[in-house]
Amino acid sequence: MNIVVLLKQTPDTESVIRIANDGQSIVTDDLKWIINPYDEFAVEAALRLKEKHGGTVTIVSCGPQRVVESIRTAMAMGADKGVLIDDPALEGADSLGVARALAAAVKELEPEIVLCGSRAVDYDQAQRGPMVAELLEWPHLGLAISLECDGSTVTIERPIEGGKVTLEADLPALVTMGGSHAVWNPRYASLPGIMKAKKKPLEVKTLADLGLDPAECGAEAAKIRIVSLEMPPERQAGRIIDDGLDTEGKAAELVRALHEEAKVI
Amino acid sequence: MADCVFVVAEFRGGDFRRVSYEVASEGRKIADALGVSLYGIAVGSGVTEKAAQLGFYGVDKVFVADDPALESYVAETYVPVIASIIEQADPAAVLLPASVDGKDLSARLAARLEAGLAQDCTEVVVEDGALKAKRPIFAGKCLAWCEWAEGALPMISCRPNVMDCRDADATRQAEVETVPVEIPEARSRATGVDLDTSGKVELTEAEIIVSGGRGMKAAENFAILEELAKELGAAVGASRAAVDAGWRPHSDQVGQTGKVVNPNLYIAVGISGAIQHLAGMGSSKYIVAVNKDPEAPIFTKADYGVVEDLFKFVPAFTEEVRKMKSTC
Ligand SMILES: Cc1cc2nc3c(=O)[nH]c(=O)nc-3n(C[C@H](O)[C@H](O)[C@H](O)COP(=O)(O)OP(=O)(O)OC[C@H]3O[C@@H](n4cnc5c(N)ncnc54)[C@H](O)[C@@H]3O)c2cc1C
Ligand SMILES: Cc1cc2nc3c(=O)[nH]c(=O)nc-3n(C[C@H](O)[C@H](O)[C@H](O)COP(=O)(O)OP(=O)(O)OC[C@H]3O[C@@H](n4cnc5c(N)ncnc54)[C@H](O)[C@@H]3O)c2cc1C
Repeated sequence: MNIVVLLKQTPDTESVIRIANDGQSIVTDDLKWIINPYDEFAVEAALRLKEKHGGTVTIVSCGPQRVVESIRTAMAMGADKGVLIDDPALEGADSLGVARALAAAVKELEPEIVLCGSRAVDYDQAQRGPMVAELLEWPHLGLAISLECDGSTVTIERPIEGGKVTLEADLPALVTMGGSHAVWNPRYASLPGIMKAKKKPLEVKTLADLGLDPAECGAEAAKIRIVSLEMPPERQAGRIIDDGLDTEGKAAELVRALHEEAKVI
Repeated sequence: MADCVFVVAEFRGGDFRRVSYEVASEGRKIADALGVSLYGIAVGSGVTEKAAQLGFYGVDKVFVADDPALESYVAETYVPVIASIIEQADPAAVLLPASVDGKDLSARLAARLEAGLAQDCTEVVVEDGALKAKRPIFAGKCLAWCEWAEGALPMISCRPNVMDCRDADATRQAEVETVPVEIPEARSRATGVDLDTSGKVELTEAEIIVSGGRGMKAAENFAILEELAKELGAAVGASRAAVDAGWRPHSDQVGQTGKVVNPNLYIAVGISGAIQHLAGMGSSKYIVAVNKDPEAPIFTKADYGVVEDLFKFVPAFTEEVRKMKSTC
C-alpha cells in the first residue's frame, strides 16, 4: 500500500510564545521544534497500515530546512522516504496556498491513502487536510479516533459533540487524525531506526519542481493573513481560601464565593 | 457589490444546534454593519419545518436543502450542496459554526470557493466596511487578528459558547426558500451514528466543567467528580495524565492536544497545571483549583484555590453545593 503522511513541524507544546517586534509573528529563535502531535499519530497509523498491507510510507512536508530533522524522526519511527517542499515563495502563504503545494506533491506520488493531522498545534487552522482532499477531488474523513483499512475502503470513527459516527470511504482517500496520545500511542524511534533514517531518500522540491506558480499559492495569492498578534489577558493568581477554616468551612466559603461574588453557581 | 452575509446552521437530531443561533446572531451584527441582508443555509433531513426559526435570531431568508441523503454530515456531499447555494449570491462573508462538523465543512468549502478561512474565531469586527477576525493560536497562548485580501471572500467559523446569542424573537420568522438538491456521486458515507442520549453535557459547550487529573489516583474515584458535576449541571473533563492512565476516555481530555474549553467555571481537581493543560482551559471565566500541593502552578491561574486533599474536600464541597441549592 502506498501511503503518504502530511507532516508539519511545530514548536514544542512546552514553548512559551512571545510576539516579535513586527507585532505579526512570534519569536522563533529559541524554540524547540517537534512533529505536530497529530501528525505523529498519522505516522503511527501509517506504519500500522504498512505492517498489515506492506508498501511504503512517504512523508510530505512543507517548510524550511529545519523540517528535515522532523522528517528524519518520522523515518526513524519507520517511514521510508520523504519529500520536503522548501520554497521561499511559500513564506506568508495561507492555508489554501500550502494545501495546493501539498496536493501537487501528493499527486506525483499517487498514493492510495493520505493521512494527516486534524490540526496543527501552532496556528491551529484545521484546514489543510480537507483542502488537500478537495483539491485532489478525493473524499476525506475527518478526526479519526480509529482507522481500519482493507485495501479498498477505509473506515474511521469520528467523535462529534455528544457521540460518534462511523464513516467509510473508497480509496484513494484522505483521513485526518483526531484522538490523543492515549488513542494512538505513537512509537518512539529506535536506535537502529535512527541509524537507518540517515540513509533514507529525502527529496527537496521547489514550487517550480511541482509545476506550480508562486502567484497561485505563495504569499501574493494569500486570501487571508495575520495582521497583528496580541497576548491574552494575563490571569492573576486569585485568593487561596484558608482563613484557618477546616475542610467543611473551606467548602462552605468556596460555595459562597462562587455563588455571591463570581455568581457562576 | 456584495449583497448579503451567509450563515450556515447546523442541524442534528431534528433541531438546530445552539451554536447555529450564536452564528446567526453574529451574522446579523455583521450584516447590519455592512447594510446587507442576512441569509441562512440549512442542510439536513427534515430541516424544512424548523428553518423559519432561524429568523428568531436575525436571519432574513433561509435556503433549505432537505433530503434524506443529507441525514448525516459527510463532507463530500455537504460541500457541493452548500457551495452551490453560496455561488448564487455575492456574499460579503460566510459564517459557520466552529463545531466538529463545522470546522471540517469550513475547510473543504473554503478550498471549493477559493475563500480565505479563519477557523474558530472568538471575535469579529467591521472596520471601514472590512472584516477583521480574532482567533486563538497556539491553543490560546496567543491571539491573532486576521484580515482578508482585497476581493477575497471571508469565511469565518465561530467558536461555540463565545459570541453573544440574541434572545429569540418568535415573531420574526425567516422567509424560506427550498433549493433543489442534487446529491453528487460520493465515494464516502456515514455508516453508523452513535449518539449519547443520556443528556451528558458536552465539554466544549458546558457552562461549568469539573476536571480531574493524576491526583484522582484511579478510574473509580472519578465518581466523586461525577457526583459534584451532577449537582452543578457540569461536564466532567480530565488532564492528559488521567486519560493516558486509562481512567477517562480521550474525548474528555482538556488541553493543547485535547479540547479547548471556555466555561464560566472550571474546577481543576488534582491537576498540577502544566502549560499544555492551561492552554486548553485558560480562557475560562473563573478557575478553581483543588490541590494538596500549595506550590502547584495551577494556583497561579486560579481565581479561587483550595489547598486540601481532594478526597476530603470534594465530597464536602458537593454537600455544600447541595445545601446552597436547597436554600435558594
Ligand atoms: C514568519 C512566519 C510567519 C507566519 N505567518 C503566518 C500567517 O500569517 N498565517 C498563518 O496561518 N500561518 C503563518 N505562519 C505559519 C505557517 O504558514 C504554517 O505552516 C501554517 O499556519 C500551518 O499551520 P496550520 O495550523 O494552519 O495547519 P492546519 O491546517 O491546522 O494543519 C492540519 C494538518 O495539515 C498538514 N499540514 C499543515 N501544514 C503543513 C505543512 N507545512 N507541511 C505538511 N503538512 C502540513 C498536517 O498534517 C497538519 O496536521 C507563519 C510562519 C512563520 C515562520
Ligand atoms: C505533546 C504534548 C501534548 C500534551 N497535551 C496535553 C493536553 O492536551 N492536556 C493535558 O492535560 N496535558 C497535556 N500534556 C501533558 C502535560 O505536560 C502534563 O503531563 C499533564 O497535564 C499532567 O497532568 P496532571 O496535572 O493530571 O498530573 P500531574 O502533573 O502529575 O499533577 C497531579 C496533581 O495532583 C495533585 N494531587 C495528587 N494527589 C492529590 C490529592 N489527594 N489531593 C489533591 N491534590 C492531589 C498533585 O499535587 C499534582 O499537582 C501534553 C504533553 C505533551 C508533551
